[in-house]
Amino acid sequence: MRFNFRAALKDAGISALVSIGLFGAMIGLKTDPGPTSLVLTPRPWAVVIAAGIVFFGRLLILFYKAWRPAGAPTPRRLRAASNQIGHYLTPLLLAFVFTLPFYAGRYWLDLGILVLTYTMLGWGLNIVVGLAGLLDLGYVAFYAVGAYSYALIAQTFHLGFWTCLPLAGLFAACWGIMLGFPVLRLRGDYLAIVTMAFGEIIRVVLLNWVSLTNGPNGISGIPRPTLFGLTFTAGGGPGSFADFFGITPNISQRFIFLYYVILGLALLTNWVSLRLRRLPLGRAWEALREDEVACRALGINVTITKLTAFAIGACFGGFAGAFFATRQAFISPESFTFMESSIILAIVVMGGLGSQLGTALAALIMIGGSEMFRDLADYRMLIFGLALVMMMILRPRGLVSGRVPSVSLGKRHKISAELLTEGHG
Amino acid sequence: MASPLLQVSGLTMRFGGLVAIDALDFEARSGEITAVIGPNGAGKTTVFNCITGFYKPTEGQLTLSPPGGRVLSLERMAGHRIAHYARVARTFQNIRLFAGMTVLENLLVAQHNALMPSVARGLLAVFGLGGYRGLERKAIAQAKFWLDAVELTERADDPAGSLPYGAQRRLEIARAMCTNPVMLCLDEPAAGLNPRESDELATLMRRIRDGGPGQPSCSVLLIEHDMGVVMSISDHIVVLDHGRKISDGTPAEVKADPAVIKAYLGEGDEDETPGGDAPVEDVA
Repeated sequence: MRFNFRAALKDAGISALVSIGLFGAMIGLKTDPGPTSLVLTPRPWAVVIAAGIVFFGRLLILFYKAWRPAGAPTPRRLRAASNQIGHYLTPLLLAFVFTLPFYAGRYWLDLGILVLTYTMLGWGLNIVVGLAGLLDLGYVAFYAVGAYSYALIAQTFHLGFWTCLPLAGLFAACWGIMLGFPVLRLRGDYLAIVTMAFGEIIRVVLLNWVSLTNGPNGISGIPRPTLFGLTFTAGGGPGSFADFFGITPNISQRFIFLYYVILGLALLTNWVSLRLRRLPLGRAWEALREDEVACRALGINVTITKLTAFAIGACFGGFAGAFFATRQAFISPESFTFMESSIILAIVVMGGLGSQLGTALAALIMIGGSEMFRDLADYRMLIFGLALVMMMILRPRGLVSGRVPSVSLGKRHKISAELLTEGHG
Repeated sequence: MASPLLQVSGLTMRFGGLVAIDALDFEARSGEITAVIGPNGAGKTTVFNCITGFYKPTEGQLTLSPPGGRVLSLERMAGHRIAHYARVARTFQNIRLFAGMTVLENLLVAQHNALMPSVARGLLAVFGLGGYRGLERKAIAQAKFWLDAVELTERADDPAGSLPYGAQRRLEIARAMCTNPVMLCLDEPAAGLNPRESDELATLMRRIRDGGPGQPSCSVLLIEHDMGVVMSISDHIVVLDHGRKISDGTPAEVKADPAVIKAYLGEGDEDETPGGDAPVEDVA
């Protein structure tokens, strides 16, 4: 295809004009505190730069489109290379996360814990949204239920982390079923709205039931986890990990321990969801996402199938919540806002619905990335938004799209995302 | 004469003021192919939806008497229980496959209840308990059997959505058969098929009716517009028009019934309406 330079220049010029119209007042005028009131400082150069970026950016896109028209297949070399990367990425990532504590400082370890927590939440939500196709905007509710269950049970009955962990998961699963019942008949947008409201109800109850949850002041002094009864205290002392092994007590030991705890929990979530995908229950979830009517005609109990998806997804959310509580040693309703739900959902969607690797990568990019850009303060959200928009243009089905069949007679072929249904709730 | 498998009596379905089916009586006998035909909008698919529990009939009884002496009232059962306990399977007029899953996976989803007798056992299978491996082996053998029967073994690992139209129709039948039904309800299975595919479909339906090694006999209830298929394979035909039964009998009897001819051709002069061996086939 011949490249029409004049048409491209005209197109880019129009884009630049539109951008001047848009940015003219937004970027071109800045409010500064004057002696008596705010004064407007004009910044014409900023508008020129913005328009310039749009002009040349548009020109580049047009060049690219002329060079490779839309719909042209990816060159074979590139596809083979990306397949190769995909092949080695999982073991490399696993090796990386297992060895991280050996060379990473405390800051990186802390970030690692955060990323792993969100990865686990993403994997938990992936069961509900990615496999069963039920859009859940209130996943943070289960995270909150897990955190508060652990904090309250541990403080009231003086039980340890490992005893309370299954209980927290169980409570969260019960709440998952409780949410599941009223929303069984709802689909799509309606389901999303009700789940969102459910998340908010849990948060508001936690905020206002002061006698139980201590309201907005939160719960502090939540016990730390132990390794077979060995504590990780800064000062060492009898019964501590450092004392038992005869090494110098160091606060970073606790971080390393916490890191491995969340790594184990996240991998457990991953393992269970990978296993379930190959079992009738997981297949029924995916079938439900593809076509609920056909499921009913085949004798699948849609009610039970949906409820198990909610319950198991919620259970892992509860585990993650209990871990969050024990890591922070302090929880308050502030940590469980709608923003958290939307971040977790963004991770799942960005990773590619139903994809385990994609979810982990998306958590790394979203949580780790937004931490990287902390210095940019408010512009962080701008970059975040830009990344999401780019993502939707370049890879609308998520980072890792398509699905691998759960069973096969011969060789497994990946099923392209175009054939998959995203579910209607 | 074979014993009645499904007895429909006084079936009425109203949607608000609209009467889709009006006091319908007919029976489908076991080991037979019963066809339900009629002009568009006669209420055929509504009858199917009532039998398979997608609609709750306004009035009337649907009695299923499967071999073994049980008597089930389908009108009181929920949709998934009809497929699971009463073992009535169905296909859809507009194909409803799990497009993003492979052909084999589609057939395994159909065997969900055999593979997962209870939620607890389904969850135990995560840890390799509950005897899941044996169940899965049996399910795959069953799936292979039906893949062979519908000639889709080659494409077992391809996504169902990528199959050509005729293959999707056959897969939907195979999927319904994987639930081990006593009665199979086919909603226009020949729609969109070419003549050769229609012939193959007729052979498949006869095979399903007659049973064979590794496959018990299964009665077929069929909605079809392709009169060639209907007349050649049906043992018994029920003709509906405007929600009422206008004729009922063997293909030859139905073909000769003036009421049927009237419904299909519209009312006209007696002279213009061909009598005797009325060419109902040509009309459809």
